[in-house]
Amino acid sequence: MKRTIFRNQLLPWLLLAPQLAITFVFFLWPAAQAVRQSFLRQDAFGISTQFVGLSNFKALWNSPEYLNSLQVTAVFAVMVTVLSMGFSLLLAVAVDRTIRSSSLYTTLLVWPYAVAPAVAGILWWFIFNPTIGIMPYVLDVVGYDWNHISSKTDALVLVVIASAWKQISYNFLFFVAGLQSIPASLREAAAIDGAGPVKRFFDITLPLLSPTTFFLLVVNIVYAMFDTFAVIDATTEGGPAQATNILVYKVYFDGFVGQNMGSSAAQSVVLMGIVIALTVIQFRYVEKKVAY
Amino acid sequence: MKRLFAASAVALIASLTAAQAQTEIQWWHAMGGELGAKLEEITKGFNDSQDEFRIVPSYKGTYPETMTAAIAAFRAQQQPAIVQVFEVGTGTMMAAKGAIVPVHQLMTEQGANFDPASFLPAVVGYYTDTDGNMLSLPFNSSTPIVYYNKTMFEKAGLDPNTPPKTWAELEEFSTKIRDSGAGTCGFTTQWISWIQTENLSAWHNQPIGTEQNGFGGTSARLSLNGPVQVKHWANLKRLSDEGIFKYGGPVGGDNAAPMFYSQDCAMYMASSASRAGVVANAKDFEVGYGMLPYYDDVEGAPQNSIIGGATLWVLSGRPDEEYAGVAKFFEYLSSPEVQADWHQFSGYLPITQAAYDLGKQQGFYDKNPGSEVALQQITLNEPTENSKGLRFGSYVQIRGIIDEEFEQLLSGSKDAQGALDSVVGRGNALLEEFQAQNQ
Repeated sequence: MKRTIFRNQLLPWLLLAPQLAITFVFFLWPAAQAVRQSFLRQDAFGISTQFVGLSNFKALWNSPEYLNSLQVTAVFAVMVTVLSMGFSLLLAVAVDRTIRSSSLYTTLLVWPYAVAPAVAGILWWFIFNPTIGIMPYVLDVVGYDWNHISSKTDALVLVVIASAWKQISYNFLFFVAGLQSIPASLREAAAIDGAGPVKRFFDITLPLLSPTTFFLLVVNIVYAMFDTFAVIDATTEGGPAQATNILVYKVYFDGFVGQNMGSSAAQSVVLMGIVIALTVIQFRYVEKKVAY
Repeated sequence: MKRLFAASAVALIASLTAAQAQTEIQWWHAMGGELGAKLEEITKGFNDSQDEFRIVPSYKGTYPETMTAAIAAFRAQQQPAIVQVFEVGTGTMMAAKGAIVPVHQLMTEQGANFDPASFLPAVVGYYTDTDGNMLSLPFNSSTPIVYYNKTMFEKAGLDPNTPPKTWAELEEFSTKIRDSGAGTCGFTTQWISWIQTENLSAWHNQPIGTEQNGFGGTSARLSLNGPVQVKHWANLKRLSDEGIFKYGGPVGGDNAAPMFYSQDCAMYMASSASRAGVVANAKDFEVGYGMLPYYDDVEGAPQNSIIGGATLWVLSGRPDEEYAGVAKFFEYLSSPEVQADWHQFSGYLPITQAAYDLGKQQGFYDKNPGSEVALQQITLNEPTENSKGLRFGSYVQIRGIIDEEFEQLLSGSKDAQGALDSVVGRGNALLEEFQAQNQ
């Protein structure tokens, strides 16, 4: 492989400068601000400020609402990930088997990805609305009284469905690409040896799909934890009784609605830690241990 | 062509200089839709009445969004001169001493026409300090009243012209309505926090918190777990179990109105500002209006109800000439004509006695039954320490806690005492933090 060597020491820095500037202005600077704010106690208008050390963090660990939010986030992230990945794998396998119409299906299945999270939230909110929605009407026939305004379980189910639905397209695309890169000869050889379709799927397709699966796992967890703010905001606003108050939503609510900047900043620092941990896992574990 | 161009250039320059001579004053508000259009109309009336100042209203979204935007702007030193803040933000605004210019101080400094005695104490009392000085100018205030379905009352064999006076009557009427088949539920309500907790306390002259409901300073703590509030919440739980009361959801109770409009519930406790909406939606029945019910075994009840809505706060740090304009504008806003017009259009309460009298003179209350109940209710008695209003920091969150604990009560995981104790415990933790932030 040929390496390009710059004589001039300045040029590479100049070429990198725009990207570095953007990273600094939009990532490092706000992150540093958040870390700084997390050690301070300040009134809403920023008139009086005092340094309080780690007390914002201590308050978080002593707050039942925050611990509840951690738990809700974990349950929510796992449910969204499992639901959206499971469903898209099913769809991808189905499309992979069709020959002529696969591009049509692929095109149609990608559409939900173009829908903004807030719109997706509203869409499902309408479908499940206890007064005017179609689903509660259907569920009523089978004897289930759906009400996501008062039932914690119903509310969580609603936000999980809305969030998972939106992510199915993305997962589907990667799964289809992953499936198509598996040589057909392997499956044919197994078929000749007498392995049935189910056996072939679990013994050949799934292991060879593992790089895609691991990549999607991390992406989906990150999505469920951080990109679902709009879904929550448009449907349940964290309620009822904090049942859908995920960490990201709580940062927003405590900071912008509650005007408690110190606590909100401490929460975003915790979130930052989680993102860093997930990224490290992805690079260390996923990229190295899974054979492409 | 050339001449036309020259003429228009001259006109442009002339208009520019005129615009420069005018002082522009930013007003951030949260009134969308028809109320927003009316607000712009009022502003235009002021702008056309003189050419020294120009008020520029900008719609900033919901109440919390408007307040957040103003606070963020203040931190970046880009604040508007006037911002509309909802009543639960009062504690936060008032604690920010360096950020606001109290209205009484502004009016005196600018030598404006300002007579504190001309305002309705029940409305402005919510926004005064302990010495009776007005801190912000009430703009849109309302108070909860009872709307009831006269047609259903008749079907149930009740007198359609007699709304329930006490909670015992309300229960009796509700039972009759359900047993006679006139409806499936007796009553529903908006705002568990504002109506069934805060107003219930004021209406029965019970404290919501210490330090005169928080007026005395940020050391105030909640105390709304008293016997009257506990009794009331326990009652609501029992009536809910019996199907007489239906819960309309947290915050403003979005599901309550449809239950009243569809004639499932015969009575509906809601803001007086909902009157226009109720009238528009009551297509198949006649609406009656009544005051909030009370427990007749509580001494001092009924006292007076408290208001909700929003006020205009003046933020500090703007050029001096803008404050002269703000004072002029507030003078205009408080005038009986503007007040009466706004009140009659929107259903919000007038802030001055003169505007109320003007409405009477115009025969507005005779022509629009039910529009006066709210005014009679807030002016029923001279407000006490317990019924002047309330002022706590972090109150948006505390209202959320009230809803959550009420839901715990309804689901049966807590009793009324336990739920209200939790409200006090969790709320006070926030108040302690707020006090520490504002030292």
